[in-house]
This record gives sequence, C-alpha cells and structure tokens, in this order.
Amino acid sequence: MKLIASLLILAFFATVPLWLQDQYYLHTLVVTGIFMLAAMSLNLLLGFTGQLSLGHVAFFGIGAYVSALTSLGFSVTIFGMPIVHEPWPPFVGLIFGALAAGLCGYLIGKLAFRVRGAYFVIVTISFAEVVRLVSLNWVELTNGPLALPGIPPMTLGFEWSGYLTLWGKAQNYYFVLAVIVLTYVLIRRLVYSPYGRAMIALRENETLAVSVGISVTKYLVLAAVFSGALAGLAGGLYAHYIQIIDPMIFMFLNTVTMVIMVITGGKGTLAGPVVGGLIFGIAPVVLRSYVGPEVQWILYGVLMILIVFVLPEGIVPAIERWFNRGGASRSPTGRGASSGGSSGDGSALALSGSGKGNS
Amino acid sequence: MLEIKNLVCRYGKVTALDGISLKVPAKQLVVLVGANGAGKSTTLRAISGLVPAASGQIIFDGEDITGMAAGKILAKGIAHCPEGRRVFGEMSVLENLEIGAYLRHDAKAIQSDVDRIFHLFPRLAERRAQVAGTLSGGEQQMLAIGRAMMSRPKLIMFDEPSLGLAPNIVEQTFHIIQEIRDSGTTVMMVEQNAFAALDMCSYAYLLEAGSMVLEGEGQDLISNPHVREAYLGAGVHA
Repeated sequence: MKLIASLLILAFFATVPLWLQDQYYLHTLVVTGIFMLAAMSLNLLLGFTGQLSLGHVAFFGIGAYVSALTSLGFSVTIFGMPIVHEPWPPFVGLIFGALAAGLCGYLIGKLAFRVRGAYFVIVTISFAEVVRLVSLNWVELTNGPLALPGIPPMTLGFEWSGYLTLWGKAQNYYFVLAVIVLTYVLIRRLVYSPYGRAMIALRENETLAVSVGISVTKYLVLAAVFSGALAGLAGGLYAHYIQIIDPMIFMFLNTVTMVIMVITGGKGTLAGPVVGGLIFGIAPVVLRSYVGPEVQWILYGVLMILIVFVLPEGIVPAIERWFNRGGASRSPTGRGASSGGSSGDGSALALSGSGKGNS
Repeated sequence: MLEIKNLVCRYGKVTALDGISLKVPAKQLVVLVGANGAGKSTTLRAISGLVPAASGQIIFDGEDITGMAAGKILAKGIAHCPEGRRVFGEMSVLENLEIGAYLRHDAKAIQSDVDRIFHLFPRLAERRAQVAGTLSGGEQQMLAIGRAMMSRPKLIMFDEPSLGLAPNIVEQTFHIIQEIRDSGTTVMMVEQNAFAALDMCSYAYLLEAGSMVLEGEGQDLISNPHVREAYLGAGVHA
C-alpha cells in the first residue's frame, strides 16, 4: 500500500518535465531537489541521532568546491611546492566532493561528539565559518570572491557507451531525481538496519543505549560521515548544475533553509525532508509574484513558528498519525509521544493535520 | 564472582567513591544501600564501564575488567538496568527486547530468548507491537528487566528498580528480581527502599559519602541501630 503510493508519487514526478514547459519552474525544481538532498543528509544527523549541525552548509560547499576544482583543474603552490591538477571528468569530481565532505564529517564527528549538544552546534557553526573564510581568501585555489566560473556540466557514461552531457534542465531534473531516489532508498536501508536502530536508540536515551552495548562515538561519527558525504554530493550536483560557485554558497541562510526543511517536514522521518524540501523549495517561487524577498523571509519565519506550534513533530508524522488513527503501533523511525498520557495530545495533532490537508 | 578492591572514582575534583571494596558471590543477591549522593549509582556505573576508575580494581570472574569499554564489559556478562527512564519509548516492545541482544549475533537463540521473556511476562507478549512509551510504569519495568536479560548476563545490576512505581508493582518487581536470583543469575541492586531491599538480600553494604561504612547480612543490617535510625525510620518494625 505504502509502496504503491510511493511509486505513484515517483511516477508523477517522473512526468513533470513532459508537461511543465516553463524552464524557470523546472530550474526551481532542480534546485529544490538539490536542497532536498542536503536536507535529507541533515536529517540523518538531526533526526536520527538528535545532533543539530548548524554548519551543514560547510559539507555542501566543500562538496561543491572539491567537485568543481576536480573537474576544472587547478594549480596552486603550497609551501613552495607547486601542485598542478589536470581536469578530470565531472562525475569523478562529484565522487571526490562527496568523499571530501565525508572525511570532514569524520573529523568534525571525532572532534565534536566528545562534547555533544550545544558544543556540537558551536563546533559546526565555527567549522562552516572557517571553510567560508578559506574559500574567500585562498584566491589562488578558489578565485575568492570573484567566483569559480565555467564549471563543466555533469557528464555521464563510459568510454564504451558514449557520453551524455547534461546541458538541459530536463536532463538535470532526471539526474537529480534519480540521485534523490537512490539516496532515499539508501537512507531507508540504513535506518532499518541494526545501525539505524542503534542511532535511534542513542537519540532516545543515551544511558540506556550504552547499557545495551551501543558505542556512542562509533554511531555518531558514522552518522556524521554519511551525512557529510551526502551533503557533499548535493553540493557537487549544485556546482555542476549552476556552473558557477562563490563563497556565498556558505551563507548561514543555506543551513537555516535545510534545518527548516527538516523540522517542518518532520525530523527523524524518511519522507520529512522530502515534503519540507518541496514546500520551502517551491514557496519562494510562488511568493515571489506577491511579495519582495525581505517579506518572504518574514513569512517563512511565521510559517515555521506556526508549524512548530501546530505540528511540533512536523508535517509527515502528523499525516501518518491521521492515517493510522486506530492503531497504537508505529514504525521504529517515527518520533512519537513517549508516555501514555500524551496520546490524547496526539489525536489533537492529527485533527489539525487533517484540517491543514483540506484547506 | 565480582570483587571490587579500593575503587576510587572522581567527577572532576569531586570524589564520588573514596576507596570502596565489596564482593558479590555467585548466585547471590547483594544490595547496596545509602542516602542520595552516597555513590551507589556511581558504583554500578563504574562496574559497567560508564565511569572511569581513578584507582582500584574491579575483578569479574577472575578477570580484571577495570578500564574496559562498556560494550566489552556487557559482553563479559554484566548487564546494567540504569535508573530513570527505563525503556526506549518510541520503539515497540519487541524492538526493545531485540535491542537488548544488540551485542549477540545468534538469531535463533535470540528468538528463543524473546519467547522465554514473553512466556515470563505474558503482558508484554500481548503488547509486543505496542510502542513502549505507552505501557504502564509496571509494564515498562518488566520490559526493562526483560531487555537486560536479553544479553544473557551472569550478573545483572539494578539501579533503583522501585523508583516511581506503585507499591504493588514494587512488590512484584522485587519478586521478579528474587526469581532471577533463584534461577541462577547473580544480582546486585541499588535501592532506596532500604527495608525491602535488606529483607530480600543475602548480603548488603552501606555506603555513606563515598565510603563503605557497614556490611553484613541483610537481617543484621536491619537490626543495626545506626541503620534503623538513619535509613529505616523510627516506625519500622523489623
């Protein structure tokens, strides 16, 4: 039942370029998809281990820069040693970008998870700021504020099969869609594996998790590596799609967008970042014709506060609850009421969820 | 089975345990009593590797386990039921039990252990798919005990098993703990409900401000004037 629904939704999105002729809207959808991917990666940390990374854009930006530089080539001098790199295919760049971001996730994880909670938030913010300053000031490598232009578009294929360069919007749309589906399946497998079970156990109650033999650092670092690599992958997609990147990519606003997507959609749920990503990816385009960008941000703020107040667990859990109002059992991934007393509260949430669906 | 020699534990500059020694013989129920902040929970946490020992030794089954990682100590056969929230509230009853066997990889034996626990606690079997957070306090306690047993421990440690439970549930919990002991598993228990704990144990230790001040058989401690005055209250009849 759930599978059929998922396939139907997927089929719908697969047909979009066939009937949506407006290139601008298609472009919006591609960028939305890329940020959705970043939100999905953030959800791994925020939703499944409960650690808030407020510097998540760093992984995204590192993926973008590494992927761009791998495919553009560069020549820099480090401590008098000239290092010259010849351009490699964009697809290799994409993989390198993800690996580099994953490695950063490992380092940040190792460093920061000794001191969790607020300290982790601070470490991630600082990390993003440091990376931004490097991208701004290491002009020889990154071109600094002058931006890195002319990044080649994604090229797929092998020598024996011929190559396909993704120039058009529709081609990029399908590529991003494919990556999202693949990532979704991957995260789903991870969450339902013993690894995912261990992460959820840690989020829920660390003392208990340790008492059953779950190693805290191991799983938190694992989540950080995975999350970083996925964000790096999203960044690489972004670089090769937009074809120009500059240090503005490290804007704090980008992290905030990802956090908003995750929280409104429902952190700790598989579909949460997808739903949140769609809403906050498309909302700017819809709102643009009515209000200016400043007012838009205010509106997002209001919307965010509303959602947190009305649906504190996010949209997806509310919808889920509305669908299985009768049953008490739930999936292991959902965040639910943890005491019997608040089950009444839950049905109230479900009601407001259905009201939202009808309006 | 378990022996602690001159264990010292510190949180920063604060000394929580100031050189305590104790013995837990196999198949016995040993109780640790004392006031809040005396270091009872710290003792259990040190044994299961959650708190590092500043000095001293912890010996389990003839092997020095001081400084071992928590997971390894659990694998050696020491399970710890921490105080406070007892179950993973968002997971189902069955998932809670399965995660108790996290370090084991013998799927068949795990399944038969799950069945055994469901046989022991029929209430849990009825609610196997229910989210654990929606269970009653007593059912959560049963689940916590069941989960601890899923690691097939030789020694099982309970931290304040009666905390926050209704009196009849407390009685039931103590009954189960005695049954666990009777089935051959060694039990160590930290308990504020001093009278009940002393009454059911074979041997007891009294901790005060990080030091062991008294030890003896449960009944001896119950009749000890110091214990009677400080922990059992004037109105308690032994």
